[in-house]
Amino acid sequence: MSSFSVTEPSNRSKWIAGFLVITYALITMIPLVWILLTGFKSPADAISYPPKVVFDPTLEGYVNLFTTRTRQTQEFLEANPPQNWADEIVRQYDMVIVGPSKFGERFMNSVIIGFGSTFLSIFLGTLAAYAFSRFKVPLKDDLLFFILSTRMMPPVAVAIPIFLMFRNLGLSDTHLGMILLYTGVNISLAVWLLKGFIDEIPREYEEAALIDGYTRFQAFYKVVLPQAATGIASTAIFCLIFAWNEYAFAVLLTSANAQTAPPFIPTIIGIGGLDWPAVAAGATIFLIPVMIFTILMRKHLLRGITFGAVRK
Amino acid sequence: MAQIIVKNVKKMFGDFTAVRESSFTIEDGEFFMLLGPSGCGKTTTLRMIAGLELPTSGEIYLDGEEISQRPPSERDIAFVFQMFALYPHMNVRKNISYPLISQGMPRAAVNSKIEEVAGILGINDILDSPVGGLSGGDRQRVALGRAIVRDPKAFMMDEPLGALDAEFREHMAEELRALHDRMGATTVYVTHDQLEAMQMGDKIVVMNNAVIEQFGTPQEIYDKPATMFVANFIGSPSMNFLPFQGKVEPGTEMVRLNGHDEPVPKLMEGAEGDLVFGVRPEHVFLSDASAYRAKVLAAEYLGTTQIVTLQSPNGELKARIDAREVVSPGETVGLEFRSPAVTLFEKSTGRALRSALNDEVLSNG
Repeated sequence: MSSFSVTEPSNRSKWIAGFLVITYALITMIPLVWILLTGFKSPADAISYPPKVVFDPTLEGYVNLFTTRTRQTQEFLEANPPQNWADEIVRQYDMVIVGPSKFGERFMNSVIIGFGSTFLSIFLGTLAAYAFSRFKVPLKDDLLFFILSTRMMPPVAVAIPIFLMFRNLGLSDTHLGMILLYTGVNISLAVWLLKGFIDEIPREYEEAALIDGYTRFQAFYKVVLPQAATGIASTAIFCLIFAWNEYAFAVLLTSANAQTAPPFIPTIIGIGGLDWPAVAAGATIFLIPVMIFTILMRKHLLRGITFGAVRK
Repeated sequence: MAQIIVKNVKKMFGDFTAVRESSFTIEDGEFFMLLGPSGCGKTTTLRMIAGLELPTSGEIYLDGEEISQRPPSERDIAFVFQMFALYPHMNVRKNISYPLISQGMPRAAVNSKIEEVAGILGINDILDSPVGGLSGGDRQRVALGRAIVRDPKAFMMDEPLGALDAEFREHMAEELRALHDRMGATTVYVTHDQLEAMQMGDKIVVMNNAVIEQFGTPQEIYDKPATMFVANFIGSPSMNFLPFQGKVEPGTEMVRLNGHDEPVPKLMEGAEGDLVFGVRPEHVFLSDASAYRAKVLAAEYLGTTQIVTLQSPNGELKARIDAREVVSPGETVGLEFRSPAVTLFEKSTGRALRSALNDEVLSNG
């Protein structure tokens, strides 16, 4: 067994490394912080120049995001006192809340389509990757190349054929259609990434399970899957992020029924002038599921695949 | 426990022949060694018995039942992997209980069985540890525990000591053999280490290039090698081969080696042309009286014995002699061979010629 020692880094290099990491983190976080703060600004503060860092926080953006409002006459406003705190906020513009906006619905569409397609990509991808990794598949290399070749152009390059196909199949503006589309795009990534992870898992584990009286499928889900958890988690994150953020196909293929949040959020701008706080509020809420998902999966990402139970 | 019969078993991987038609019988309770250099087909043979590979043709009988095409789960054979292959996401107890759970054994029975096995192997105190932190020896014991816990018909072991440190190997080899003697289980053990095979095995199959070279007890294989490959592979230093030209006939008891008559065991078959005079180093003696002279090249002192390298008229050879004999490099000495232990080989085929020494062994192998 070989052993090598890594000398403890000097204090100076630790400081430099720390400085670089913190600087990088700050730079990447500034836009996020900006969005988060803008969501709590009033429309005037949001567009003021120089930008305001200290301001009076208000929930106006969030109220505007979740509601539809209409302007009313003074008589009406006086006759109907505000019913709640949200109503109170909109009264300052002589408006009343007349109902919920489409945002909740669009957000749920994103959840259904994003997580649905991620689940399907991982489910199919794991099975395909296992087969490619373990069995003698005829034309294996060619098939893997074909699978990858779907990623050799931007997906939008095939937008028109897909648009026509979806229209003929009745998949336009349906949840199923979008789930299938995002699965189709993600599956090549899933198969390739997962194949790499499964290749790393020694075959002896499954063989031991076969010997211990389990079937090939039991060996797969009881022994291989727990070992592949790390790979599955990171692949799932990539798939979810793509499906969650996808904009172009969502604009093209969805409208009234299955529209996801990304094409919906910009439409807020059109509704009552440039309502940046509402847009920022939408973006903030939109970020949350992916962040939670990534944080949940993080422990798998950091964990090693095998714990050294197989000596190499 | 069971008898295993391997009959005309052959394995092809595409165009590559991993095992050519092979047949041998493993008796009930035997500790059986499959020995050979890497890539000779010994592991493939073992995996075919266990069901991890299906033979291209041929039959395998376990306890009289033909099992060659059955999945491993229906064979009731345990397998100990070289790398142990303990399930890394389970602790020791779960690892050992895993084969019992698949049989649907009740929880209480599983627990008592685990305690029993842990007692045999001396691993009671690590039952609840994760397998990741275990030492090589403990991993080995857990792997054995997983194998013996369900009382299988036979054990397959694929170089189980290969991953252990040299000093621990010896100890584990003894432990394994003792475990086998205690349980009386039919065991098939793959190794490339001839010492391990001689030390532990009741019977040995020597394989080379997908072919079985010889099959017999360690003594038979050492004393009466069937081929030059076996003679060379077994023993350290290996058998001396002295090539010569000649002609032998059934009944011949003397060959001419560089003008000297050397007695050999009475031959049962004849051959002509390039022949090889094979003699083990411990059957070579220094004798001033002998007319067969050789020059001493070097002497290695090993404590009780020494290995003397000599240059003879028929090529280099080694002699294992008493350490107290004084030999100095450069001097010329006479050599004598213990004739009843000599084997003659046909050089072109590498096959041993049948003689009074090996007739019995060669005719049944």
